[in-house]
Amino acid sequence: MNEVLLRSLTPSVLGILVRRGADFAAAEDAVQDALVEAVRVWPDDPPRDAKGWLVTVAWRRFLDATRAETARRRREDLVDEEPAPGPAPASDDTLQLYFLCAHPKLTPSSAVALTLRAVGGLTTRQIARAYLVPEATMAQRISRAKRTVSDVRFDQPGDVATVLRVLYLVFNEGYSGDVDLAAEAIRLTRQLAAAIDHPEVAGLLALMLLHHARRAARTAPDGSLVPLAEQDRGRWDTTLIAEGVTILQVALARDRLGEFQAQAAIAALHADAPTAEETDWVQIVEWYDELVGLTDSPIVRLNRAVAVGEADGPRAGLAALAVLEDSLPRYTAVAAYLHERDGDLKTAARLYAEAALKAPSLAERDHLTRQAARLNARRSR
Amino acid sequence: MAKYLLLKHYRGAPAAVNDVPMDQWAPEEITAHIQYMNDFAARLEKTGEFVDSQALSPEGTFVRYDGEGRPPVTDGPFAETKDVIAGWMVIDVDSYERAVELAGELSAAPGAGGRPIHEWLELRPFLGVHSTVTDTECIFK
Repeated sequence: MNEVLLRSLTPSVLGILVRRGADFAAAEDAVQDALVEAVRVWPDDPPRDAKGWLVTVAWRRFLDATRAETARRRREDLVDEEPAPGPAPASDDTLQLYFLCAHPKLTPSSAVALTLRAVGGLTTRQIARAYLVPEATMAQRISRAKRTVSDVRFDQPGDVATVLRVLYLVFNEGYSGDVDLAAEAIRLTRQLAAAIDHPEVAGLLALMLLHHARRAARTAPDGSLVPLAEQDRGRWDTTLIAEGVTILQVALARDRLGEFQAQAAIAALHADAPTAEETDWVQIVEWYDELVGLTDSPIVRLNRAVAVGEADGPRAGLAALAVLEDSLPRYTAVAAYLHERDGDLKTAARLYAEAALKAPSLAERDHLTRQAARLNARRSR
Repeated sequence: MAKYLLLKHYRGAPAAVNDVPMDQWAPEEITAHIQYMNDFAARLEKTGEFVDSQALSPEGTFVRYDGEGRPPVTDGPFAETKDVIAGWMVIDVDSYERAVELAGELSAAPGAGGRPIHEWLELRPFLGVHSTVTDTECIFK
């Protein structure tokens, strides 16, 4: 059994322990111990019933820890209670875990860390490496998060939107260290989609698949950014695109539009174009109009200005940009791009250089600096 | 979730409010100051926001390449260098506001007379390695 398959059992095993009466924090530690034990033991001695094995080992670990820590009376109560797995089906447990780990009381970074550990079954060390912080810091972040939700009832209904925001954050972290967070976010969103029938869950899953499909084409071998229009579309993963489009179509047919479905629709229109020139920008602008209606986000309006620039010409794009705050992240980069399209290379070069200084990531900064250099070299020729 | 560098300067930052050189403090004031810094780092580890902290020697060497087959040229230290870094702390926080809050707390470390130094700390965001995947659709990907 591979590690991902093993980790996929995490939520249901944890759910069983909690339903047997274990408190969430202790149960979560016990399940982690059982996962580590499984990685050690299974290669030589694979169990017939993987989940049953994990439940048994995790429960034993939990009892050992409880014996060490709590009063005799409490311990005996728990031992008496032992067998009987919870009455509710496993998918409900899984869903409850997502809600708990994304509880609104948690800060975004705590919710992310707790979700990756308690739902994803990743170790603290793996999460720490993925987020480039010391393991001790991540351990504290997780135990603090567990304390924060310690008084939340496990069967309390939650809000799917908070869970989706957490998964979206994980996806956007991309890839660093030895854990592929984008792939992990997709796995966790798939698992969520199996536990709850909700068009926005499907929308987020479709969005992730459609973006992930372009990953190989998005960066050059040296790590530099390749803009959408210049990507080798032959390197896009058509299987992921087809899956994303199908999931999106089913979701859209239910006529309960949300922001993730709208974002996925835009990604699908890009994925659908055989060449950059054949992109249906008019439809993309329409979807941005929907998104503006749903979110009223200035970032969405900024992206919309780029789409307007493609659909109706750079002047129209600049007009759409002019009504926005110039302090928005990437405003200057968008302005540079639209001025270049409009033929004003001098202004574009200046704005690219200015945008590079404000870029939030190394790859973007380098990309924007190269754009400025490209225009400056062309002008001086 | 963003990383910030808190930079502490020997020289180069605007003057602190309680601007007395450390060698003029009472010994127990120095002890109290160091204790405050250690406690601050320990507290950030507990909140899951601590990444790294280092102190630097005030004097260093400038080094540059001097051509194929030749050893690097070294120079300095220069007494006139305007900006001298004393040390840093790296934090991993949920927002810029939180980073400012923590820098403010660190700047309150006690100095002469046991009063806060009100030292200016420089707060610099890390450039992420990756762009966020989904919010730059049109122009970057």
